Amino acid sequence: MPDAPVGKQYPPFEYEVGREKVREYANAVGESDPVHHDPEAARAAGFRNVVAPPMFCVVYSAGAMGPAILDPEIGINLMLMVHGGQEFQWGEPVCAGDTITTTARLADVSEKNGMTFYVFESESKNQEGQTTVKATWTNIVRAG
Amino acid sequence: MAETKLEPGTELPALTVTPDKYVPHRYAGASGDFNPIHIDPEFAKAVGLPGNILHGLYSMAQVARAATQAAGGDPRALKRLSVQFRGMGRPEAEIKVTGTVREERNGRVVVDTVAEQDGNQIIRNAEAELQI
Repeated sequence: MPDAPVGKQYPPFEYEVGREKVREYANAVGESDPVHHDPEAARAAGFRNVVAPPMFCVVYSAGAMGPAILDPEIGINLMLMVHGGQEFQWGEPVCAGDTITTTARLADVSEKNGMTFYVFESESKNQEGQTTVKATWTNIVRAG
Repeated sequence: MAETKLEPGTELPALTVTPDKYVPHRYAGASGDFNPIHIDPEFAKAVGLPGNILHGLYSMAQVARAATQAAGGDPRALKRLSVQFRGMGRPEAEIKVTGTVREERNGRVVVDTVAEQDGNQIIRNAEAELQI
């Protein structure tokens, strides 16, 4: 833990947003609004194509977060890890057809009550360079 | 869509949802998170859990949905959501998301919100910022 590489950046991950993936995600979480399912309804509401629910950001960010959380240089013991907290700040909406690039970094490591808090930050941008989401991911590892 | 007027002290319309037995499987497929604690009851019990548990980010998505609906349903209304995960959400039991507007500033409101299941807060200290 004391040697955790705070500040380390991970390679950008590119995710192409597909209409069926947006629908699959919307169905899984119960988002039934037509703007997530029907391109015509989405366009009528001012979107380029079906729009992803805000929390779809976890889908396009996952490819950037995985290698960070699994980084052997950080050495998180997944068996003892719980997802403690999460924050998202949304910007430009994400629609089918967008390409989203996410970069992640290890922002902070701290210890409290025998637990270690690993805080990662990520930022995702669309093909126009507009930020779609900024995220803070807090993972807690209990003492083994 | 019915829209609640959001001002300090306003309670959000409660959102209730009972995730069926296979919601964790569908969410695993949709999100790519196939951690067996979410989809394999035997594995979950072997590591000391009461059974397979909901993905925390699925529960957070219910908080996001409640907040967005309260703002009129436009997904662009949700500007920020911050949560702490506590306890464990289970399939086949009702989740209730409630919230109260704490303050308004610059055309946005900040909402304090929680998600409860069987009397336990599975998401607590959640704060949503909505454009109104």
